[in-house]
Amino acid sequence: MSRLGTIGARLHRGEIGYDFVAKRWLWYGVSILITIVAIAGLAIRGLNMGIEFKGGAVFTTPKTSASVSVVQESAAEASGHHAIVQKLGNGTLRVQVSELDTQQATKVQTVLAKDLDVPADKINKELVGPSWGKEIANKAWTGLGIFMILVVIYLAIAFEWRMALAALIALIHDLTITVGVYAIVGFEVTPGTVIGLLTILGYSLYDTVVVFDGLKEGAVGITKQTRWTYSEIANRSLNGTLVRSINTTVVALLPVAGLLFIGGGFLGAGMLNDISLSLFVGLAAGAYSSIFIATPLVADLKERDPQMKALRKRVLAKRAAAAARGESPDAEDLADTGGDEPDALDGDAAPAGAGVVAPRGGRGRGRSAGRRR
Amino acid sequence: MAAPKRGRRPAGGQGKPGRTLVLILIALVALTGGMFATGDTTPRLGIDLAGGTTITLKAKAEPGKESAVNETNMNTAVGILERRVNGLGVSEAEVQTQGRSHIIVNIPKGTDSEQARRQVGTTAQLYFRPVLQVAAGAPVPQQPTPGASESGKPAEGKDAKDAKDGDKASPSASTGTSAQPGGSTPQGRAVTDALKDPSPGASEPGKPAEGAKDGKDGKDAAKTPDPAPTGDVAALQTAFATLNCEDQKARAAVTESARPENPMVSCGKNSAGQWEKYLLGPAEVDGKDVDDAKGQFDQNRGIWIVTMDFTDKGSKKFQKITSKLSQQQSPANQFAIVLDGEVVSAPQVNQTLTANAEISGSFNQKSAQELGNMLSYGALPLTFQEESVTTVSAALGGEQLRAGLIAGAIGLALVIIYLVAYYRGLAAIAILSLLVSAALTYVLMSLLGPAIGFALNLPAVCGAIVAIGITADSFIVYFERIRDEVREGRTLRPAVERAWPRARRTILVSDFVSFLAAAVLFIVTVGKVQGFAFTLGLTTLLDVVVVFFFTKPLMTLAARSKFFGGGHPWSGLDPKRLGVEPPLRRSRRTTVVTTDLKEA
Repeated sequence: MSRLGTIGARLHRGEIGYDFVAKRWLWYGVSILITIVAIAGLAIRGLNMGIEFKGGAVFTTPKTSASVSVVQESAAEASGHHAIVQKLGNGTLRVQVSELDTQQATKVQTVLAKDLDVPADKINKELVGPSWGKEIANKAWTGLGIFMILVVIYLAIAFEWRMALAALIALIHDLTITVGVYAIVGFEVTPGTVIGLLTILGYSLYDTVVVFDGLKEGAVGITKQTRWTYSEIANRSLNGTLVRSINTTVVALLPVAGLLFIGGGFLGAGMLNDISLSLFVGLAAGAYSSIFIATPLVADLKERDPQMKALRKRVLAKRAAAAARGESPDAEDLADTGGDEPDALDGDAAPAGAGVVAPRGGRGRGRSAGRRR
Repeated sequence: MAAPKRGRRPAGGQGKPGRTLVLILIALVALTGGMFATGDTTPRLGIDLAGGTTITLKAKAEPGKESAVNETNMNTAVGILERRVNGLGVSEAEVQTQGRSHIIVNIPKGTDSEQARRQVGTTAQLYFRPVLQVAAGAPVPQQPTPGASESGKPAEGKDAKDAKDGDKASPSASTGTSAQPGGSTPQGRAVTDALKDPSPGASEPGKPAEGAKDGKDGKDAAKTPDPAPTGDVAALQTAFATLNCEDQKARAAVTESARPENPMVSCGKNSAGQWEKYLLGPAEVDGKDVDDAKGQFDQNRGIWIVTMDFTDKGSKKFQKITSKLSQQQSPANQFAIVLDGEVVSAPQVNQTLTANAEISGSFNQKSAQELGNMLSYGALPLTFQEESVTTVSAALGGEQLRAGLIAGAIGLALVIIYLVAYYRGLAAIAILSLLVSAALTYVLMSLLGPAIGFALNLPAVCGAIVAIGITADSFIVYFERIRDEVREGRTLRPAVERAWPRARRTILVSDFVSFLAAAVLFIVTVGKVQGFAFTLGLTTLLDVVVVFFFTKPLMTLAARSKFFGGGHPWSGLDPKRLGVEPPLRRSRRTTVVTTDLKEA
């Protein structure tokens, strides 16, 4: 852990740093690839929709020693439909029968109770009409739409439209990946999954917002300096908030993992598992996208802005001039822009020495990154 | 939350962090006291954790009447359903609207959930229609379906025979009702109930209602009475002839397209649980015209009857139909009480009736009260469709709650381990804050149970567990900010203060996004999803409260201590470990830092 702390310190000072922004095309490529796989998986395999979407009944029995095949047979016989029986972690059985109506369901319940030699009221019954899941899914889509519109408006106000757009793309990216994982692995889609998926919305954005907040702060007064282009500043901010992002993601994932592996382990399946599984996949995708996709996208969009274009020109011209003179660019930079470098730009920074700690290593990096392009 | 950008002053700024801490602790104690005072010391558990039945109904928008699914009608429906459920003697059952078109009925364990379900789910629209024709519902007499009411059981054999033989109904007594001397024939409920005026004389045997004895057995009815008033009778006759009531799909098919103003074909069960099919005229009286109805025990006759009171408008209509019907020959002197397309009762009319009437027949307590409930509460303004029914035994609910709590405890422990490993001493502040947050969440959930009907269900437990991460995220944002400041060479006290405004903004912006997600989820979704969204929103709000009024002041206090302020290696704020290299930058408190570096 403390190694991460040391890395944090070095990231903070700009001694090390991964150039996310410069290598963005690599990560865009990775994401596009994953997205294609996800969409292909969805198209080919489709989603394994739970009983809530098809209509039918789910019975959960108390702990039993009865074998799966026996129960399957008697359930199928009692209902006249195919039954799916799963043994859960705690020794209980989950029996799913599709297309049942109320009376048939009661019959199956009675038969199961007799077979397992338990009172009928010890067997839980969940009966759903075929439109129930559709209802939930429809509401989910509505919610998704409303949320996206609101959040884009909010981010556009709190930050700017480019960030809002990048956040939205990252969000869609996370949702696609999560749905793709469901299609490819064949996990069952239940209302719990839909809940989890919707929660990813808030969560995936949490990380993105933390990074954007750092970026916004880092970019204050950017046009008044000539040392870094927007992309370089974006990359520095990203590296600066990297430890924070990793920590928030880890901490968010830990309870979800607890739910998924421990809660699920006790019960085997059900709501707890459904929610936590989609959260787990979505959170991981969300962390990835906020680092590798969202910020580089903002940088890309921002570089199209005339002001930023002009800045880039100035920065490059200055570097070229310095190189031509054969001077150490660092010394000069320090002399003429010392007080202006991003870390010290936010008004309330102590003027003394703010430039001493931060720029040392980062500049070399930023420079080489700039040149490469 | 609503305005995260509003520059709130740091809560309990450097000057008086102690006071803020005391305030929030007082608030916590007060809330806890309130919790104990109200006696609700645990959150109310949802049906899925405590056991019970949840029924989700959806209002069906009928063609041409889409706008009928509106708030007023939904609220009326909730009121009706509530009275109906409580009319069954179900205690603590809840009926709530959810979203625009859903109604959730929660029936706690220990009540007759099957019966409640039947009434809640099936009782939708009620009409009184004249009977034109009656016949046995199935080609071959069959065993009664499992749903047959008990009252019918004893009479079953006889009735089956009756149907076969085409005999006149014999006055066979059925359970719970003693046949009276020459009284109404209490054999098949649907077909043989008699309707009469409950005026004093009505209870005497020998009133006109006694005509009930006359045959109106299914077979008998095959002779066609008056031709129906509308033209498409031929089609209906065909439908009537071919209808097999044993077939659920066929039943649904004939009733689906039926409109109140047209004649229809329908099925109903007699008290023996056997299907009878009916050809019915247009609806004459609406369920809304019934003012009140109840199942009552008639002391004089020793039988259960159902009494009905009509509204003013209803009495007029009822008078009209009864005067017409009482002139008819059997079976056309009957009218059918059609509930949701199915005939629940078809009493015959022997006299003109007005505001009050009673139905007598083979009722027992249960069936009389059921019919009474249907009649008085049957007039739902909307048609509902059962979307999901979940029955959970208390045992499994308890087990799921336990698993959720264990998962939550382990999740919390993992977060604590990670925080301790990474933030060392700082973790103590985070853990204390998490505990305050957990305590507040618990107390509020307990208080919200009785206050707004909040019930902790499984998704809500999930939401609470997931929220551990959200809450811890805020501390991380703040701690990392402080560490950034320390890395820049500041000593802890200024670092804590300088880090706060920036961390505060980040926390507010990201919490706002989380809250927005929770709020949208809460507003647009139904059922279980709402519990999850509510918990998530609540804990996000509490996170802001705790970070502002607890974590920040506590951090300020901690910065004054030697352990933290001095940058002890285990404090998580050791400058050396954070990579601050000597020579340190000129700072107001350089001396302190260097001293501590020696210690380290």
